Amino acid sequence: MTTPYTLVDWVLGDGAGWLARFIGAILVWAVPITGFVSFVGLLSIWLERKISAHIQCRLGPMEVGPHGALQTVADGVKLLAKEDIIPADADRILFAFAPMLAFAGTIVGFAVVPFGPGLIVADLDIGLFYLAAVGSLEAIGVIAAGWASNNKWSLFGSVRAATQVVSYEIPMGLAFVTIAALAGTLSMVGIVEQQQGWIANWFLFRNPFTWVAFIIYYIAALAECKRAPFDLPEAESELVSGFHTEYSGMRFAIFFLAEYAQMYVVSAVAAVLFLGGWYTGIAPLDAAIGGGTAGMVVGAGVIVTKSFLLVCVQMWLRWTLPRIRLDQMMYLCLKVLMPFGMLTLVGSTVWEHFLPSPAIVKDGGGWTGNTVMTGVVVAAIGTVALVAYVRSVIRATPSLRAASNS
Amino acid sequence: MNAPHTNSPEAAPTSDVRSEEMLLNMGPQHPSTHGVFRVVIRTDGEIVLDSESHVGYLHRCFEKHCESVSFLQSVLYTDRLDYLTSMGNNLAFSMAVERLYPDLKIPERAEHIRVICAELNRIASHLLAIGTYGMDIGAITPFLYCFRDREKILSIFESICGQRLNYNYVRPGGVAYDIDDSMIAAIKDFCGYFRPKAQEYDDLLSNNDIFVRRTANVGVLPKDLAISYGVTGPSLRGSGLKRDLRRDAPYSIYDRFKFDIPVGTGEKGTLGDCYDRYMVRVREMIESLKIVEQAVAQIPDGPFKSEQLKGKLRPPKGESFVRVENSRGELGFYVISDGKDVAARVKCRAPSFHNISLLSDISKGCMIADMVAIIGSLDIVMGEVDR
Repeated sequence: MTTPYTLVDWVLGDGAGWLARFIGAILVWAVPITGFVSFVGLLSIWLERKISAHIQCRLGPMEVGPHGALQTVADGVKLLAKEDIIPADADRILFAFAPMLAFAGTIVGFAVVPFGPGLIVADLDIGLFYLAAVGSLEAIGVIAAGWASNNKWSLFGSVRAATQVVSYEIPMGLAFVTIAALAGTLSMVGIVEQQQGWIANWFLFRNPFTWVAFIIYYIAALAECKRAPFDLPEAESELVSGFHTEYSGMRFAIFFLAEYAQMYVVSAVAAVLFLGGWYTGIAPLDAAIGGGTAGMVVGAGVIVTKSFLLVCVQMWLRWTLPRIRLDQMMYLCLKVLMPFGMLTLVGSTVWEHFLPSPAIVKDGGGWTGNTVMTGVVVAAIGTVALVAYVRSVIRATPSLRAASNS
Repeated sequence: MNAPHTNSPEAAPTSDVRSEEMLLNMGPQHPSTHGVFRVVIRTDGEIVLDSESHVGYLHRCFEKHCESVSFLQSVLYTDRLDYLTSMGNNLAFSMAVERLYPDLKIPERAEHIRVICAELNRIASHLLAIGTYGMDIGAITPFLYCFRDREKILSIFESICGQRLNYNYVRPGGVAYDIDDSMIAAIKDFCGYFRPKAQEYDDLLSNNDIFVRRTANVGVLPKDLAISYGVTGPSLRGSGLKRDLRRDAPYSIYDRFKFDIPVGTGEKGTLGDCYDRYMVRVREMIESLKIVEQAVAQIPDGPFKSEQLKGKLRPPKGESFVRVENSRGELGFYVISDGKDVAARVKCRAPSFHNISLLSDISKGCMIADMVAIIGSLDIVMGEVDR
């Protein structure tokens, strides 16, 4: 399978007409992707419930299915069966259209998110740019929902959503550019392929600045997903439910699904940009798996696992942190993340100019700068973890705590 | 109501962008007004220009009820005032009735049980205040941690009096039931369990940077404003005034215990901000724990209710006023008896009502998110505000 071919070409062969290709694309990509989004939604919502429950000394759903695995399905059925309420003074057309816009805005992001080698809807040359562009489509759905509801709290929610979009997009774009400058391409597949080999080749370990870029991207991604501490547009305790206060039944479920799908998209993008995409980070293992169907299956497993790990981190943060205020969100995005993003871009490119990594060590041999970098980072994380562990032990032991306080 | 205002200092700066003020109804059904409390907010964008509080949605004629049911039955209605501190309410009303009798002696054991229950209830109430405050700020997990610990207190209360919320336990003359050794052991267990747990709240909330930034320098309540509005309890102490009736005008047997009175210090921002009020509550729980530990250690044997009060209560003609330091401030009961088995008049001085009355003064110019933080930091219970 050569590069320009997509799965559609592979299924239909070369000479198919545009109509056949269109229908083929729907069958091969649109239907499975929608199914995948629903699966991601179901799994993430269940995960969210269980993770939050265990963080909060609870059990979470236990009744429907083993460990409540089917609880989300039951809830989906309930939401489907609920009355579809449109407030009397709402803008009916916009009200009905807004959840679809939000969902569509999320799902088009999947077009450039690879699920494995060759498993990508469209490997656009401008994949990263496309992603940055459609990323804000969902926000338009949210703004429309808040406006159409004709509810003051919803209006506040949508205005907050608009504020949030213009705030987080800039640092996120700077993080994108940092990686694009390293990779020399905007294609998602191209970016992943540059990270082949040992774990040291992942862009996260490329130079110290990419760490900062990763953190900036992840914070901005939290804001894009409207997850705590950036859940300002829905802000349950302030704006009741913000933009979806007036939504019920299936329309609400679609917003809900869009949020979880968005969480997966941003996490998958983080995995592609920083965490080596579908590569395991162990060069001989990747070589042993090779390409073809086996590579596709294992690669898909790897990238989905990485994405879900990042989704779990989002959940962990949500159930730990309080919500920041609107002005603090703007301050953080525009006056902290943006300067650091620029610094990262400049620093990363300068580092690459003077300390170039030996052009992609495919076989992972050699004592490269990347390996040193990886060692330093691992040692730093280890030290922090050790200190945190010792501190927690001291805290948990009354005699040690008394000794450390005196 | 929507009159243009240009001279107030809070007015948005004039600019090319035309903006309109909006009247926003916060409550009576809103997740963060802690009950059926309604604030009409005049906003410019997210900025609160002015606010007007409306109460009364939960008015139940408590005082009028007390004029038609017996004194013992009235105790039951006090449960429903500040339903998170029922023990303290029972205690205050019982003491007000007891004071009508000229030479009534309350047994020592009963006094100890009353103090233990009142202080445990204060811890439970502050736990809920802290937990819901975290929730107002957007942190949901501390709420469940607080409930985990509050649950243990409620279980102790359940074993003592059979109730988990409205106890109706402290009654004129003593308490309703005696406590046995297993309950004392449970209370001692709780004391040992709870002390290290307080660290968890500090880890999750008090030292959380986002939480500090959301509460420090927000809703600053100066000491003189607090005094002029009659604010009491942790909200007053958060402004730096060391006033606690348990120390300043000891009732029951509070003069026998050693405990500190935490006051706000402005450690993270300005003296009297939301963080100070929150921190006072966190620290008060440990002080209450100290009182419980001392009371449990020295609880004597003996009767748990006075033999002098038997049958239907008919206090002699007269009037009495008793105030106690409840978990939200000074709760006062003024009782007039004309010698019958029902009170001639009962007046309740509810701390939450006075504490919330200054909301519009300290919330001018803040943001809507701060409004939630301020209401939460004043820690109101609508059952008490509306009575």
